[in-house]
Amino acid sequence: MDKLLRKAWVKPVLFALCLIPLGLLVWRGLSGGLGANPIEACNRFLGDWALRFLLIALAVTPLRQLTGWSGLARWRRMLGLFAFAYVVLHFSSYVGLDQFFDWSAIGREIVKRRYITLGMLAVLLLIPLAVTSTNAMVKRLGAKRWQALHRLVYVIAPLGVAHHWLMVKKDITEPAIHAAILALLLGWRLVARLRHNGIGSTAKAPACSAPQSSSPSL
Amino acid sequence: MLIRAGSFIRESEVTDKALWLDRRRFLALGAAGALALSGLPAEAGLSTIKGPFSTDEPLTPRKDVTTYNNFYELGVDKSDPAQLAPSYFTKTKPWSVAIDGECAKPGTVGYEDLIKPHKLEDRIYRLRCVEAWSMVIPWVGIPLADVLKRFEPNSRAKFVEFTTLQDPERLPGQRRAVIDWPYVEGLRIDEAMHPLTLLAVGLYGEELLPQSGAPIRLVVPWKYGFKSIKSIVRIRFAETPSKTAWMKAAPREYGFYANVNPAVDHPRWSQGSERRIGEFRRRATLPFNGYAEQVAALYTGMDLAANF
Repeated sequence: MDKLLRKAWVKPVLFALCLIPLGLLVWRGLSGGLGANPIEACNRFLGDWALRFLLIALAVTPLRQLTGWSGLARWRRMLGLFAFAYVVLHFSSYVGLDQFFDWSAIGREIVKRRYITLGMLAVLLLIPLAVTSTNAMVKRLGAKRWQALHRLVYVIAPLGVAHHWLMVKKDITEPAIHAAILALLLGWRLVARLRHNGIGSTAKAPACSAPQSSSPSL
Repeated sequence: MLIRAGSFIRESEVTDKALWLDRRRFLALGAAGALALSGLPAEAGLSTIKGPFSTDEPLTPRKDVTTYNNFYELGVDKSDPAQLAPSYFTKTKPWSVAIDGECAKPGTVGYEDLIKPHKLEDRIYRLRCVEAWSMVIPWVGIPLADVLKRFEPNSRAKFVEFTTLQDPERLPGQRRAVIDWPYVEGLRIDEAMHPLTLLAVGLYGEELLPQSGAPIRLVVPWKYGFKSIKSIVRIRFAETPSKTAWMKAAPREYGFYANVNPAVDHPRWSQGSERRIGEFRRRATLPFNGYAEQVAALYTGMDLAANF
């Protein structure tokens, strides 16, 4: 499997897969498949996929560690950029379609509505990550600083999930699922780090080095 | 983005009002023909008279009115009710409504007996949802006051409470405690008796579909849509206001009055504007959904920001 992931044709295939939601949206839009309130449907659809791509990008590292498929790491940046692309589309559809560039109304909403404040913050925080996604920028920043900067995603993803959660009127099933997945993905990292530190500093009992069994409860 | 935006506009533009009116005339002719031939009441087309208060704004397409519904008993997505109704809420007749509380003639009335003594009216009303979208809907119904008076409410009847059918077999959304079932709504007696308040049995000249609240629902056009309770099985005259379903679910967000009020925001969004289904740009929301002239007097001296 890991060998397969390193094949040259995998990247365009994965790229095309990531475009499927966008294609589906365009197709629905053109065929009237977005229902009676197409603007709201478009907005929600893009928001859902922005969140999903954020979670998918965050899943790469745990998945790589679990499976040992180190080839997965090669697609992480592209998945992150797709998350950014869907976030930008979601933001644009809010500004352009939903609010029709009524900047004063948008400004009031950002200040007044907590879920919009959080959403806007997430968009802003994603920009430096997207800008520094090129190889040249990695070199310029140095791997350490680059990595530190990109840990911002640990803040951005919870902001995104909270943004969705606070927006929902009553049935919180979907945001709760997103939150659970996010907790798992971040929990995995936390446990890995604690375990790493624990072993590094005390280097004793094997009893504390069983993160696999304890991680799902986090 | 803009290419898709273009397609949204086109969809609304092709739905010309004249076409809908033609369709209604055609239906009316068909219904009249069927009546003349069979001597029996027509199944689909309802025979109606023109009621007062109808707006001449362009109608929201029937397809949108019947596929974009908030009816949590049939699912929380607005597309759920139309999709789930055909497999669950298949039978809306026979139907009966229990009338009780502060009145001289309580009892249980079958749908036919409830409707029969009255003339069905066409009423084209604006509907403003608390979620900041709106529609223009041609209802068929009876003024609620005419129905209520038959049960002779007494002087203690200060409020009227309505209850939606509770039946998880037919309304699968009730299998999950999304809100506290059954759905309950209420009006002050003078609101209930107002000539704008309609007990609707039809839409677009035909009987209500399950997703629209068949066979009988309330329409209170100056209040947010959730006050217009669907599939009513009980009407109770009460001394005190009811704790309504949405007040129980989120008291900070939904009040008893729920008058359309652009000056009082929902905690999570502005009520100053709305999206008319089928239109691209938002439009300004009018106080009392544009029915201020008829109903503002009901609230003289009340602080509508406190009594939202």
